[in-house]
Amino acid sequence: MQSRLPILVFAALMAAIPFVPGMPPFWIVLLDNIGLAALVAMGLVLLTGVGGLTSFGQAAFVGFGAYTTAVLSTAYGLSPWLTLPLSLVVSGSLAVLLGLITVRLSGHYLPLGTLAWGLGLFYLFSKLEFLGRNDGISAIPPLSIGAFKMLSPGSIYYAIWVAVIVSALLTMNLLDSRTGRAIRALRRGHVAAEAFGVHTPRAKLLVFIHAAVLAGLSGWLYAHLQRAVNPTPFGAQAGIEYLFIAVVGGAGYVWGGVLGAAIVVVLKEVLQSYLPLILPGSGQVETIVFGIMLVALLQLAPGGLWPWLISFLPERTGGRKPDTSLKLEHRARTVGESGVLLQVEKARKQFGGVVAVNNVSFDVQAREIVALIGPNGAGKSTTFNLITGVLSATSGSISVLGRKVDNAPPQEIVKLGISRTFQHVKLVPDMTVLENVAIGAHLRGHSGPISSMLRLDRADEAKLLAEAARQIERVGLAEQMHQLAGSLSLGQQRIVEIARALCVDPMLLLLDEPAAGLRHMEKQRLATLLRDLRDGGMSVLLVEHDMGFVMNLADRIVVLDFGTKIAEGTPATIKTNPEVIKAYLGVAA
Amino acid sequence: MNTTIMLFLVQDGITNGAIYALLGLALVLVFAVTRVILIPQGEFVTYGALTYASLAAGQMPGTAKLALALGIGAFAFDLFVARRALHARLVVRSFITNIVLPSIVLALTLYFAAQKPPVPVCIALSLVIVAMIGLYLYRIAFQPLAHTSVLVLLIASVGVHLALQGLGLLFFGAEGQRGPAVLSGAFTAGALRFTGQSITVYAITIAFIVALWLFFGLTLYGKALRATAVNRLGARLAGIRTTLSGQIAFLLASVIGALSGIMIVPITTLYYDSGFLIGLKGFVAAIIGGLVSYPLTAAAALVVGIVEAFSSFYASNYKEVIVFMLLIPVLLLRSLAAPAVEEEKD
Repeated sequence: MQSRLPILVFAALMAAIPFVPGMPPFWIVLLDNIGLAALVAMGLVLLTGVGGLTSFGQAAFVGFGAYTTAVLSTAYGLSPWLTLPLSLVVSGSLAVLLGLITVRLSGHYLPLGTLAWGLGLFYLFSKLEFLGRNDGISAIPPLSIGAFKMLSPGSIYYAIWVAVIVSALLTMNLLDSRTGRAIRALRRGHVAAEAFGVHTPRAKLLVFIHAAVLAGLSGWLYAHLQRAVNPTPFGAQAGIEYLFIAVVGGAGYVWGGVLGAAIVVVLKEVLQSYLPLILPGSGQVETIVFGIMLVALLQLAPGGLWPWLISFLPERTGGRKPDTSLKLEHRARTVGESGVLLQVEKARKQFGGVVAVNNVSFDVQAREIVALIGPNGAGKSTTFNLITGVLSATSGSISVLGRKVDNAPPQEIVKLGISRTFQHVKLVPDMTVLENVAIGAHLRGHSGPISSMLRLDRADEAKLLAEAARQIERVGLAEQMHQLAGSLSLGQQRIVEIARALCVDPMLLLLDEPAAGLRHMEKQRLATLLRDLRDGGMSVLLVEHDMGFVMNLADRIVVLDFGTKIAEGTPATIKTNPEVIKAYLGVAA
Repeated sequence: MNTTIMLFLVQDGITNGAIYALLGLALVLVFAVTRVILIPQGEFVTYGALTYASLAAGQMPGTAKLALALGIGAFAFDLFVARRALHARLVVRSFITNIVLPSIVLALTLYFAAQKPPVPVCIALSLVIVAMIGLYLYRIAFQPLAHTSVLVLLIASVGVHLALQGLGLLFFGAEGQRGPAVLSGAFTAGALRFTGQSITVYAITIAFIVALWLFFGLTLYGKALRATAVNRLGARLAGIRTTLSGQIAFLLASVIGALSGIMIVPITTLYYDSGFLIGLKGFVAAIIGGLVSYPLTAAAALVVGIVEAFSSFYASNYKEVIVFMLLIPVLLLRSLAAPAVEEEKD
């Protein structure tokens, strides 16, 4: 995705800093602190900025990492290098526990929930006997390699910054992968991601663990830098501070976390050491100024400083077109994808007293284009949601290839080869068209998060992107492949959704108003594409309001009105059906 | 266990719980209308309490000056935003609400502080001062960010909290303060002793809950606020000024905060930084109430208060742990009962 050159330059620069003659040792201490904060902030970038899960509790995970190594290396005399994996495991497994409880919370419960357990854990740290209560644990051994002990801030500096840079690379690798796309889709709601087989609670838990492990790493380093731990740096205030480090830097960007850490740590230091000179007097003048500056900064750059900075760089245009000669394996087929693909029988959906879908029955055969039409509010999109498992039916049954799939979750429906688009476009606007479409192929890839981080997923990834590129070309958007999805016109975004749905390698394509917002020529091209798909063996079920488009395209039409099926037949018979005309025009013709 | 102790703990819990209920209501209100998670709510509490205590002790509270300073800031923001179309009426109105009003209050405070004013005057002045601070804070810190995400608003809220807490130390010092009882006297009923203060707490809490209920149910402004809470854009299209709704919400929140502070400062010693924890317990109640329901929040607050009272008796070391961990099962139940059907909101 990005060139590695700037990172190499940055790493070289950081490596050279301690050798600058006359470098005040205090600056190295500051850089150590920046590195520690950056690690936690990086996790939050992934969790909050990318995944949309706000957590105030990260300081508690730092605490888990720090206390784990503190206890094991003092009371049990374990080597710090042995406690490193243990610290990470403790943070990670507690993240699983807390995550299972909290990531299911929606919207604003989540940040408040994390604030609550963050506070609770802080008090627990300060009350538990074996953690030394408020005094904490001291005399923690330093990190050492052979006889070399990292006693000074200057010697542990390298350990900290190697950790920061490696974590940043791993995190960026993760984001630029199959799993990463699933994570990046989280912030825009879960319906679209789930329609392509992403298990959203699992993806959320994954980022939660990732962030916690990074925080635990920071805690482990912290314990061996300070060589003592006490509860204070793991409280709610610290948890809040990590969050605003991420926000100030730019919550959507890995390097934003590092930048934010630098800004906040330096700013606090400057305020603490120089402000009393300007404004003598009691009180925490620096906190006041700090708070005011934070608000001012947000008002000037609500998106954070990193995106503001990189907006000055020359825009990088285009990306490498994936090698479309690579073939992706087909979706595992069920035998006999022919005959009746989809059978809807007396499907009914009630929302309280409102019957949105009233005992509707119809079917879709192989190699057939069926249109579902009806006035607004007829229950067309609800029917789609019932078929794809977004909503569960009140009664009735839905079968795919003769097998009942009643109320199976969307992730299971898509495995059967049914993919869909949405009436209200659900793309991730800050991802490119290619990346958005590749989400459609999610189930056809295999690489997990670990292999993505280590870049072992490249063969798999190349095939996914090749498939996505092929489908984009097929729908005629090759030119826009590397543009951000949000920058496309609404009509084009609908076409992108079709490409994404095609990436599933479906037997049945469900299109919710695909032609809305398209120009005449574009509609004709869409009709041609859909006919080609049918002739290639795919079936299409579409909801559409453009009657000219439907009548010319569909093999069969099902008409709904107020949730009830009022007619079914070929376009010719539907056109003359008095019930249908009455539903649309309000009078019997 | 001893029945007397139990009754005593319950009574204690209800008194605290009533305060948490008020704060929880204010948090719900502000969140619903402005999407701001109001962390500085705790500062409104301490500002109210300590301003009241200072005045009662015949000291000049720095908060009155802060109100004027913030008022000047708010006036500047008003002028800056309207710089392309400065109408005389707008300028005059902004000048009166942002400069004249706090100046008058400052003058009154200076006048009264010198002569140990009676309790009602202290209460009135404290309420007005904190109310103005709340109002101007919204104008300065939050109104320019009204269009941004909940996360950004939250961080801004943290910034405001830090600044206010630092200012609190500057104004009131690190020493804790207590204020005179709002209502002195006491009576006993059975084993329990009811002080005038605790009766005041119950009465004011109930009065506020009823008043809020009436306000939102029956008045046009209340309905406008609810409309803003449900759909900002829709409310604007219907002619509701969403900035006005925000101002009303902050005004109410700061008054509620200050009032809570004034009610507890005769019972417990408050420090400049006590507000954060008190506010957070209000939060716990508000979350249990789902950030939407007033009666549920009030009920939850009572539970929080009672749990706190009992745990401080049986396991005082783990009091805070227990109170905050109380949330986890509640959140768990909530998420199991209502799997989130969230749609993209950005």
